[in-house]
Amino acid sequence: MMVTNIRDRISCKNQVYAARPFVTSCGLFAVGILAVFCSTAGAQQAAPRSPVVVQPGAPGKPSKRLPSSTTGKLPPASQANAEFMQGMIMHHAQAVEMTALIPSHTENKELRTLGARIRHSQADEIRFMKRWLTARGEPLSAPMPAMAGMGMPPHHSMPLMPGMLTTEQMEALRKARGAEFDHLFLTGMIQHHEGALTMVKDLFDTAGSGQDAELFDFATDVDSGQRAEIRIMQAMLEKKTPEEKQ
Amino acid sequence: MNRVPSIFYVAFVAMILSFGVNRLYAQAQTPTPTPAPSPSASDSSEQADEDENPFAPEAAPTLPPGMKGSDANDPRAKLSPGLYNAGQTAQGIKHLELVKKPDAFQLGSSNPDDPKVQKILGQLGPRSTAKIPKPMQLVIAQLAFANSDLAFQGNHLFQGNFYGVSIYDISNPAKTKLVTTLVCPGGQGDVSVYKNLLFMSVEMPNGRLDCGTQGFPPAPAPTAAEEAQMKKEKKRPAPPAQKDRFRGVRIFDISDIRNPKQVAAVQTCRGSHTHTLVVDPNDKDNVYIYVSGTSFVRKPEEMAGCSDEEPEKDPNTALFRIDVIKVPLAAPQEAKIVSNPRVFMDARTGAMNGLTNGGTHGKKGPEKPKDTNQCHDITVYSAIGLAAGACSGNGILLDIKDPVNPKRVDAVNDPNYSYWHSASFSNDGTKVVFTDEWGGGLAARCRANDPNVWGADAIFNLNNDKLSFESYYKMPAAQGDTENCVAHNGSLVPVPGRDIEVQAWYQGGISVMDFTDAAHPFEIAYFDRGPIDPKMLVLGGDWSAYWYNGYIYASEIARGLDVFELTPSKFLTQNEIDAAKTVKVNELNVQDQQKIEWPAKLVVARAYLDQLSRSQALPVGRIAALENAIQSAEKSHLSNDAAAKLKSMAPSVQKDAEAAKNQTDSKRLRALAEILEHPAA
Repeated sequence: MMVTNIRDRISCKNQVYAARPFVTSCGLFAVGILAVFCSTAGAQQAAPRSPVVVQPGAPGKPSKRLPSSTTGKLPPASQANAEFMQGMIMHHAQAVEMTALIPSHTENKELRTLGARIRHSQADEIRFMKRWLTARGEPLSAPMPAMAGMGMPPHHSMPLMPGMLTTEQMEALRKARGAEFDHLFLTGMIQHHEGALTMVKDLFDTAGSGQDAELFDFATDVDSGQRAEIRIMQAMLEKKTPEEKQ
Repeated sequence: MNRVPSIFYVAFVAMILSFGVNRLYAQAQTPTPTPAPSPSASDSSEQADEDENPFAPEAAPTLPPGMKGSDANDPRAKLSPGLYNAGQTAQGIKHLELVKKPDAFQLGSSNPDDPKVQKILGQLGPRSTAKIPKPMQLVIAQLAFANSDLAFQGNHLFQGNFYGVSIYDISNPAKTKLVTTLVCPGGQGDVSVYKNLLFMSVEMPNGRLDCGTQGFPPAPAPTAAEEAQMKKEKKRPAPPAQKDRFRGVRIFDISDIRNPKQVAAVQTCRGSHTHTLVVDPNDKDNVYIYVSGTSFVRKPEEMAGCSDEEPEKDPNTALFRIDVIKVPLAAPQEAKIVSNPRVFMDARTGAMNGLTNGGTHGKKGPEKPKDTNQCHDITVYSAIGLAAGACSGNGILLDIKDPVNPKRVDAVNDPNYSYWHSASFSNDGTKVVFTDEWGGGLAARCRANDPNVWGADAIFNLNNDKLSFESYYKMPAAQGDTENCVAHNGSLVPVPGRDIEVQAWYQGGISVMDFTDAAHPFEIAYFDRGPIDPKMLVLGGDWSAYWYNGYIYASEIARGLDVFELTPSKFLTQNEIDAAKTVKVNELNVQDQQKIEWPAKLVVARAYLDQLSRSQALPVGRIAALENAIQSAEKSHLSNDAAAKLKSMAPSVQKDAEAAKNQTDSKRLRALAEILEHPAA
């Protein structure tokens, strides 16, 4: 233990009590010494017991006392955390780009509503990721080599995050109208969202990553939110199929 | 707090130091002090991002047609900002004190040039500090040190934190003292206490079996051979399974309150976002823990059998279930998972994901509807054999008479709900109050333009295991756009004859609500502070507000621990407050709800009389006569004569009970007659 436990001291009252026969036999000198000691101990006794800082050990192991000056410490930073945020900004930007096509490409009300919701939440999340990166002094987009590290083919003209639509897929989406657009949008966005799930999985599968509290909450939400939207889009696809067949 | 559905203005920070965030904001803006473009509406908003100040709050969208917002004229709407010097206002509540968060849960300096701060920032990454504005350096990553939920035992209060637990001595509530700071990170630090055992939830990947603060190191730079392999396989090599990682429920022995020891750590696949203590009235040897995990499923290499596949692909998926831990009281080190109830199963088809319809805010809102593959929190009420689960997209009702095998008996959805967060029963078990944590607790959701039925409580009647919706309640005052605010944790206030709940609303403060009439809930008291900062949302506010043995304690995320006392008002009399104070419990874990029993004291009778007077259930003359008789009995210290007099009045009150116009007054009259019959000194 690094700090004296005041409770372990015997109280002054008890000492006086126990010491009385000794005091009477030894005279004033001893009384004087005891009085000095007692006033010191008494002052400590009267003061509130100071709080302790304790760090438990693993189950079954003893706890250890930490200095009262102990302050908080953050888990180690991980480059993969920043890369996740940088990659996800790019990933989300494509979803916003896709949803921007909706007003001019389809009259489908259900899809328009869904698109508005996706656009709003992805734009919000982009803002969050920018705040996270800015506050940590990280650039908003990753340099190329980092992308290569994320498993992208090096020197590719445009590195794509998992699930992102290729240039060809985006072109097809831009050209489509009506039911064809709806179908390409839904299948494309499901592919896109599944990529986000892969990115979250990769993040938590990377040693030392995902330990930042804000990023942990965010990534957890991306996962549950996109799973829910995938389910909704799958339901829309299933519902549409019979109509299209008619 | 749950994970963060749609993060609008998350400041990742809880300002722990009384440092001007104004200054911080000013510096954060440089070198591009362009105001944020208006949200969502314009097509240009997507391109403007590079110049945008990401810390500026976004204006609230317009109210959907037919909906009402919150009251911008309420005195709580415009309080001055500050961390420790914010303006504050209260009604029917007296603020006794704020105990600041312990140093061990803070970065420990208000000076950005302090080497301590630089050292801590160094942990964030080698190239990070130079570009961060100085004041900003103090508020980075404060969610890691956020205060969370509360539990109580005797004279001790246990306050969870993402970084551990603080234990306070509340023998003199107005002079609450810190006893022990238990350092053990892993978030969120949801806590429960039972006899000599303290339970704590851990969900984050930095959680360690040994309570270490170091987390786990990033992988070393790959060797040339590994790099080649990575390029070939297009992915990183799988990291080693960390046998020292802990995500689940920790169990500490607190026999020595100044030296808690970890006795067990029960690992779960999704960690533990929250947990609920379950005490089976028929089992004296064990207690049970219901574990609600909401985050990612860990890899099977780290914990055997964990799978994050959809149920169609893997019937053993860790999704779509809760976990039940059995804790032998004589040998807590042997605690283990004994079942994984599939509480969302469709009884007819056997599909595990039987409740996937989610809760939405209709088709107009920006919110994502949530899947129901997890519970966020469960409140058990063993006295009536039921539990209410707030499970993401649904509220569910469980029969827990066999606590190891809870069975779903009802499930509800709500068109205005975004994320089912928590639940509490009325004491008589005829009502359930659910909460909706729209925005995840990190967003401003009480602005004048935020609908007052979103992010609100929903009050349901409960009859024959069936829930039926009655009304919404949302803390009525508008809050600023830099105040995270939404319905959060609360507990019953034991005023006899009424259903009253005190509840935390993050930076919306605390609100005391009467829901005796489920269709017409109303506010009877409140306390609120101004925002931590006026220009950017800095995470803070009350996580939980609970009544415990006469006082209200609130866990303030960024500031510390608040202690309050109720004061009389036109909505609540001194007799009602005194009657509530007659209820004493030895332990309080709010999600393990206990039946409140009132002693047959005369002050309880007085409280009923005040209520009967308020509802005009008895003529003024009768009330005066009863009050006189009670006063004489009190003066004579319940002499035989006075007791006989009270007893003689009981039959007529009993008759009044039978003739009462409504159930509420009838119950009050019966309870009053009971006390008159057998008053306790």
